Amino acid sequence: MANLTHTQQPFSQQWHARFRRFIHWMTKPHVVLALIMLAVMFVMVIIPIYKLVETTVTWQLSDLGRVPDAEVGGFTLFHWIRMMTGIFGRIYTLTPLTHSMTVAVGTVVLALLIGGTLAWLVVRTDMPGRKLVNQLAVLPYIMPSWTLAQAWLVLFKNRTQGGAPGLFEYIVGQSPPDWLSYGPVPIIICCALHYYTFFFLFVSAALTSIDSNLEEAGELMGANRWRILRKITLPLVLPALLSGFIMTFSKVMGTFGGPNILGSPVKYYVVATMIRGSLAAGDKADAFVLAIVLILFAMVTISLNQRLVGTRRSYETIGGRGFVSQQSKLRNMKKIFFTVVIIFQLLVLFLPLGLLTYDTFLLRTGDYSFSNLTLQNWIGEPNQLYNDGEPGVLLNPRIYQTAWNSIKLALYTAFFTALLGVLLGYAIVKGRGTRLAKMVDQLAYIPYVIPGIAFGAVYIAMFARKLGPLPSLYGTFALLVVVSVAKHLPYSSRSGVSAMMQVGHELEEAAQVAGANVWQRFRRVIFPLTTSGFVSGFLLTFITTMRELSLIILLVTRDTQLLASLTMKYVEAGRDQMGNIVILILVAITVTGNAIIGRFSGGSLKKGLGM
Amino acid sequence: METTIRINNLTKIFGKVVALDHVNLVIEPGTFLTLLGPSGCGKTTLLRCVAGLEDPDDGEIYIDNTLIFSHAKGISVPPGKRELGLVFQNYALWPHMKVDKNITFALEIQKMPKAEMDKRVKEALQEVQMEGYEDRYPREMSGGQQQRIALARMLAYRPKVFLMDEPLSNLDARLRMDMRSEIKRLHHISSATTIYVTHDQVEALTMSTNIAILKEGVIQQFDTPDRVYHFPANLFVADFIGNPKVNLLEGEISGKNTVDLGGFKITVDTYNTTGKVVIGVRPEDIIVSTSPTLGAVEFSAYSVLPSGADSTIVARKGDIELTIRVMGISKIKMDEKIWLTFDPSTLNLFDKDDGNLITS
Repeated sequence: MANLTHTQQPFSQQWHARFRRFIHWMTKPHVVLALIMLAVMFVMVIIPIYKLVETTVTWQLSDLGRVPDAEVGGFTLFHWIRMMTGIFGRIYTLTPLTHSMTVAVGTVVLALLIGGTLAWLVVRTDMPGRKLVNQLAVLPYIMPSWTLAQAWLVLFKNRTQGGAPGLFEYIVGQSPPDWLSYGPVPIIICCALHYYTFFFLFVSAALTSIDSNLEEAGELMGANRWRILRKITLPLVLPALLSGFIMTFSKVMGTFGGPNILGSPVKYYVVATMIRGSLAAGDKADAFVLAIVLILFAMVTISLNQRLVGTRRSYETIGGRGFVSQQSKLRNMKKIFFTVVIIFQLLVLFLPLGLLTYDTFLLRTGDYSFSNLTLQNWIGEPNQLYNDGEPGVLLNPRIYQTAWNSIKLALYTAFFTALLGVLLGYAIVKGRGTRLAKMVDQLAYIPYVIPGIAFGAVYIAMFARKLGPLPSLYGTFALLVVVSVAKHLPYSSRSGVSAMMQVGHELEEAAQVAGANVWQRFRRVIFPLTTSGFVSGFLLTFITTMRELSLIILLVTRDTQLLASLTMKYVEAGRDQMGNIVILILVAITVTGNAIIGRFSGGSLKKGLGM
Repeated sequence: METTIRINNLTKIFGKVVALDHVNLVIEPGTFLTLLGPSGCGKTTLLRCVAGLEDPDDGEIYIDNTLIFSHAKGISVPPGKRELGLVFQNYALWPHMKVDKNITFALEIQKMPKAEMDKRVKEALQEVQMEGYEDRYPREMSGGQQQRIALARMLAYRPKVFLMDEPLSNLDARLRMDMRSEIKRLHHISSATTIYVTHDQVEALTMSTNIAILKEGVIQQFDTPDRVYHFPANLFVADFIGNPKVNLLEGEISGKNTVDLGGFKITVDTYNTTGKVVIGVRPEDIIVSTSPTLGAVEFSAYSVLPSGADSTIVARKGDIELTIRVMGISKIKMDEKIWLTFDPSTLNLFDKDDGNLITS
């Protein structure tokens, strides 16, 4: 180590120099940006989590009913003890947690089977129509996750819960059994049919990147097919599988829509629906305890997985390089495979949409005869007999307001997310190797491990009241934007980093040497070169925000109603047809958005998932 | 353009690696200085410190009499204000700008009038023989053309100092030859003080007026190419410079001006030293004869490798192996006996313990 010998100089001058060096360091753009980003994330992530925890260990006003001598604002473990032990612990925490786990594990397994099989067929076989299958495979993910759940009800609703029967009962004349209508089975099926996209994308990327020479080497040594799959292929795609597992598991743990539609009517509560229930009942602290449980659970799972894979975020290392890829011959099974796959895909895509559409034309719920068809739900004048006197959706100004809210939210979120992405990418890539950049990188990753509904809860805790200079945002539209941007931080930082990596530091340095100041460098070099990343990030965030429900369900109010939350409101009020119309509008907007992505930029869903 | 660069005590540390260790250099006006060394020796770091793209952890840099960096005083003039131009290894042309925009970028920042800018673009393109390429995008040109444009971009804003970071390493051998002469010519015309980073010793020898050889952040020798080649300051420099490599023979001083190499003795100039030494002799300084001559040492031709203009002969005697370079295609056959003569004035003696050149 070299000795840093300083020339002798007076003490005051030394401090002066030290100060100047500090200012010089502080005013480096990547340092400034990193510090700003840290501050932003501190407010958006760290403080909310702190407030969340704080609320659970403080006496609340609502506790006075149970414990009259509670000292509001004082420290207590009351909520934790209440939620963790005894009968309350069982009903409020243990059972929902078991349900959440059941649903999550079931979904992961089923999604892996579907996604993995499809990926193998597309990448590694000579099945015809692989391109089409490839394209169709990502479509279910574009639609809101609870579309399937809602369609499931149209088909399999039974009369256990009163009300009208589903199409199945109408046609067959027999009420479907409870396990088929409600509860874990339909929830798992609906979630899996939505989330198999993750596995499909991850596994197909991994399979593409495996040099099939590796497998052939095994074959030459006399190993049979099964052995090769088990000993060579599987270990190679294992990181991809685990990545898919992490993503799906954490998403499903925090998902609200499906379990709410298919579970809540039969009191099959998962943690997500329980959190909402507790909040609705005014037990904020209890809801937050559940949120923390959910966060811890997600964190443990993810870190366990990362331990297993060996590297943190190993999915970043899966490249899309084209190797020699030998295809398995399906021979005469070719056509059969293709037919089965295509029928499956079309069923998953169009049957739900068809069912929902048909349902929206029913005047009386549950009567599927042609004579019951009407346009009342779409364009009917207000009529006290139907829909509580509400006019048809297309005539209802509130719906337009809501749709506009959703679009506005998606636009704002997309813009800020994409912008943050470029700035984060700059701070992280330029500062690569410094502790500051590492900190920014890690902070931006936190929202990834917090399930959607818990993240919403975190924000209630933070913004319910004024906090220092931060205003109380509860009930405002701004809060929805902030929470959506915050939840997207991991994705934006990752895509920002990859965009900046492509720009390379020399291009900016060349401008720097040429005398360009920070602003000129950003305006003339960095922004123009990251435009395509910016645009694809923007469009993808637009879509995911449009259909996001779990994150915002706890935060919307009457004035900030969004399409996604409005469907829930209608469905919970038993006005399924109206809800289904709103879903269809939502699907139309997201599908259009996705089409624009395909047309507009090199952006793809894959990119948006940070692969 | 008469610019002096003074580097005092410059130190840069990355984590636990000392990239530059108290580097001192005075670069006189009009110098073409090459920073030469293996990868990781600190040469690029030194260049980047001068450019202002890295902040050293200690030391000072002056351009002329302006202090542009001082750790002790907390001064660091931003790169754009140091009036220097930098050519990058991968050219770093802005891919979204056409050639003319790439060249005028710096001029626009200086708010130069349009007419003057056009003139500069024309001149700069002329200087690198790329007239008529104004409307091309970088990706529409070959690597060699892009490098010329990168040079033109630097020339156009007439910096006081030219900095070049391995500008030729991405080009193929043929183009590299052409560009070497172009760059040398550009320096000859402009006589701007130039710092040129390379790991290629041929490039360093052919182009520079001065060479600084670095190893692990320490300057081993700062000298003219001639002196670096003929009087390497230590074994590292001797070994790094020259192709084929220098012959290094271990021996012991025996007598006033003889060195005992084990198998034979060799006459050297008179040195005031005793003990173990290493003799360095360049392959072309060994005189080969196919018949015994006075004072010659008998060797056997282990391998003969003619390559047109010259031939390389690998000669062996016991476990001593020598590489010899002779002009033209050698007629010597493999395993033939040959007699080698060493001219004392061409031999360098190094201290075996510290590796430094022993001066008489």
